[in-house]
Amino acid sequence: MSFFRYVLLNRAELLTSTWEHIWLVALSSGIAIAIGVPAGILLTRSPRLRAPVLGFANVVQTIPSLALFGFLIPMPFIGGIGARTAIVALVLYGLLPLIRNTYTGITSVDPAVREAARGMGMTDAQVLWIVELRLAAPVILAGVRIAVVLGVGIGTIAAAIGGGGLGEFIFRGVAMVNSAVILAGAVPAALLALIADGGLHLLERKLEWRR
Amino acid sequence: MPDLIQFRDATYGVNGRVLLGPLSLTVGQGDRLVMLGKSGAGKTTALRLINALLLPSAGEVLVSGRSTRAWDGVRLRRSIGYVIQEIGLFPHLSVERNVGLVPRLERWPAPRVRDRVDQLLRLVGLPPGDFARRLPHELSGGQRQRVGVARALAADPPILLCDEPFGAVDPLARQELQVEFRSLAERLGKTVVFVTHDVREAVALASRIALLDQGRLVFAGTVDEFHATTDPRVTPFRGML
Repeated sequence: MSFFRYVLLNRAELLTSTWEHIWLVALSSGIAIAIGVPAGILLTRSPRLRAPVLGFANVVQTIPSLALFGFLIPMPFIGGIGARTAIVALVLYGLLPLIRNTYTGITSVDPAVREAARGMGMTDAQVLWIVELRLAAPVILAGVRIAVVLGVGIGTIAAAIGGGGLGEFIFRGVAMVNSAVILAGAVPAALLALIADGGLHLLERKLEWRR
Repeated sequence: MPDLIQFRDATYGVNGRVLLGPLSLTVGQGDRLVMLGKSGAGKTTALRLINALLLPSAGEVLVSGRSTRAWDGVRLRRSIGYVIQEIGLFPHLSVERNVGLVPRLERWPAPRVRDRVDQLLRLVGLPPGDFARRLPHELSGGQRQRVGVARALAADPPILLCDEPFGAVDPLARQELQVEFRSLAERLGKTVVFVTHDVREAVALASRIALLDQGRLVFAGTVDEFHATTDPRVTPFRGML
């Protein structure tokens, strides 16, 4: 059966899986941002935390994704079979680029600008919001982009633990030794990654400022 | 004239190493005090003690009669203009927004901020029509300095602190900026503390000069006294004129 025919025949299921996939990535990216950006900010305030936190995020990144999903299954609360476990794994993968880019973005703000901001009588919160986060925004957004694209790819493995998403087709295709079925999952996943990458890149460009 | 700024045996050190002091020095209303010295003499430290970016490790610094320890740092800094060498203009904000920043933080109504920005840009010789909407990277070094000065004057602070603000400007523009800055400060009656390592700049701007060396005050007096003194610690500096 050809790829197009398979897609046509299974379009309803494919659409559902695509939405599942988008949902997995969107939710996990949102959670990763909510944790990673504040964590990155915290690291700029207390340098002593830097090595352990970045170290942890780095180690998570080195765990093969299939293994991480597997490790999570027996965990209480965050584990088990299903989308929840998949989201936890995706959040863990997304953390490193977010923490690292937030930290790098803020620490690379020109010290003179920070000094001027403080000297003009900005409160710490104003320095953070008006100056540091704004100037770091393109770098932080680049981190978001990496996390999202990574999430779209790794998200296909969610199907291995019953998390749904486009991986369903890929695993099914592998089991059937049918490349049309694999492609039915892989092509939409690749498209999603490209769209997310392009859209976020545009946003990043918009936020850029010149020295 | 009342003393607006007083250093009382103010000392600042890090990890037991003394960078400045004990320093005793007063700056009166309307003075233009230039702190002169080589790099590492403690000039910038002294300046940062005035707006409470640093607090003295011993002794105290009084601004308007109140110790900087007792001031709310943010309130104090909003009432003191601050210009630094790298200027630190916000690269993502237009000239207009850079200059209007403190008034906006102080919640002035928008039309009043706009009027004030226009007035200040004219004051520093930058026609608002041409410059208000530009970004800092679209300005020359001298123009950026002018914006820096305008920004420091925005909320009409009685005190202006300047840390080598013209250090990175070419010599011709620098001289022009000095002349204009001096007349501006005189006209507006600002009390100025100006840090530089350039003796000529010091003489061009100052009503009083304080010479610092290795964290210690070695001379304080008027420009005439600076020219007249025979103090061996001062004369080498004068030789650079």
